[in-house]
Amino acid sequence: MPVYYLKTPISEEDVRKLVVNDTIYITGTIITARDQAHRRALENLKEGKSLPINFEGLAIFHCGPVVKKEGDKWVVVAAGPTTSTRMDLFEDEFIKNFKVRVVIGKGGMGKRTTEAMAKYGAVYAAFTGGAAVLAAKAIKDVKGVEWLDLGVPEALWIFEVENFGPLTVAIDSHGNNIYMDVSKKVEENKRKIYEEIGVTR
Amino acid sequence: MDIEKRVEDVAFNLIRQAVIYLPEDVKASLKRAYEEETSEAAKTQLKAILENIELAEKYKAPVCQDTGTILFYVTAGAEVRGLDKIEVALINATRRATKEVPLRPNAVDPFTQKNSGDNTGRFVPYINWEIVPGNTLEITVMPKGGGSENMCIAKTIPPGEGINGIKKFVIESIVEAGAQPCPPTIVGVGLGGGVDVAIKLAKKALLRPLNTPNPDPELNKLEKELYEMANKLGIGPMGLGGRATVLGVHVDYAFRHPASFPVAVAFNCWAARKASAKIYEDGSVEYLTHKGVE
Ligand code: SF4
Repeated sequence: MPVYYLKTPISEEDVRKLVVNDTIYITGTIITARDQAHRRALENLKEGKSLPINFEGLAIFHCGPVVKKEGDKWVVVAAGPTTSTRMDLFEDEFIKNFKVRVVIGKGGMGKRTTEAMAKYGAVYAAFTGGAAVLAAKAIKDVKGVEWLDLGVPEALWIFEVENFGPLTVAIDSHGNNIYMDVSKKVEENKRKIYEEIGVTR
Repeated sequence: MDIEKRVEDVAFNLIRQAVIYLPEDVKASLKRAYEEETSEAAKTQLKAILENIELAEKYKAPVCQDTGTILFYVTAGAEVRGLDKIEVALINATRRATKEVPLRPNAVDPFTQKNSGDNTGRFVPYINWEIVPGNTLEITVMPKGGGSENMCIAKTIPPGEGINGIKKFVIESIVEAGAQPCPPTIVGVGLGGGVDVAIKLAKKALLRPLNTPNPDPELNKLEKELYEMANKLGIGPMGLGGRATVLGVHVDYAFRHPASFPVAVAFNCWAARKASAKIYEDGSVEYLTHKGVE
């Protein structure tokens, strides 16, 4: 299985080379965004305000980190992914307008996001749920935090990362979505199991 | 001995041990799952889990950022003095652990949405009591993650459906849960009772060490069957496909009303945290799950 080491800003061309089941590691800048940060970024866009940082070519991470302050420096204690489906509401607009190239999270995303990824060139990369220490160790520096008024987990954290991963490409820019494939197979397997044990409905 | 102080100290240690060090049975099962897995993506996920467990131990950091809701199981000898002090001690231990470990504050008022900030609140931490003969006190803590808790479910099936009805509901629940509870999971199944009893049994069954046979041969057979079926579904680690959907299925049961057949399914994620200790009459302490861990 191919392994890619990507540096941000990531180009559309590079992201188009990735296919589902590839493993990637990211070095450079990633930003965290959960529901609230997604909403605010899109509101800013509507009002014609600029974003605190240019998202183009970056990776966004569905994560509410646990941080502590040492002196005046933020340190990341734990930073596992949160469930991505909640962000399905916003992600297509996000990809279209801000040109983020990698969306990192757990649990997968739906049809709308998959279509936007194919159209504008982005991938969804699964980070192992709960692997918070692994993630935190790849975060070398907190470059900044914006929108702290949303609370620590919901704020927009800007991280400098080194070989952040392993990430599994689970939705690529060619319309493939592992979660949808798995769910189809699971339904088939379930039917077979029911047959074997004699469940009719 | 000052029972309040002793229980607080022991419970604090148990919470700390539990959130940092996964128990040996869970680690061994995850390793076995990694070895038996054939899909590459699934292997990558399991390897990341195993690495994360090692890093957590090395840096003494919580193994997952969601340190869960704190649940206690207390088995108290009827002759233990000061049983009325234990609840306070367990609450204080939870507060202290939140600050010192630290834990993520996870106790929210359902009406005001306000987070208490210290992992305590009405019925939190929740304490399951059992009074037994004797003079020792056994305390178990289960910090229970939200992602897997969200998928716990109970319903009453038509009694006529019998064993197949149970199997169907368990499999359906695992399919429904999909990637959400961070598989591979441990699945607890509670049968019979009222619905409240079924879910309590299901949750408690999560604590039974993995790869230990159920003492009841009928249930043991059912557990094995459910385990095989679950791992034929193909959900796999983190729902990316693969063999390891569950690490184990544990079943317990109670008698039921003739017209009512409750079935409950509880999930614990791969970060299946637990720690137990026994406090003896003379105040000495024996740590049961985390021997040799400070
Ligand atoms: S389900 Fe478990 S492993 Fe996953 S994020 Fe929640 S507590 Fe952590």
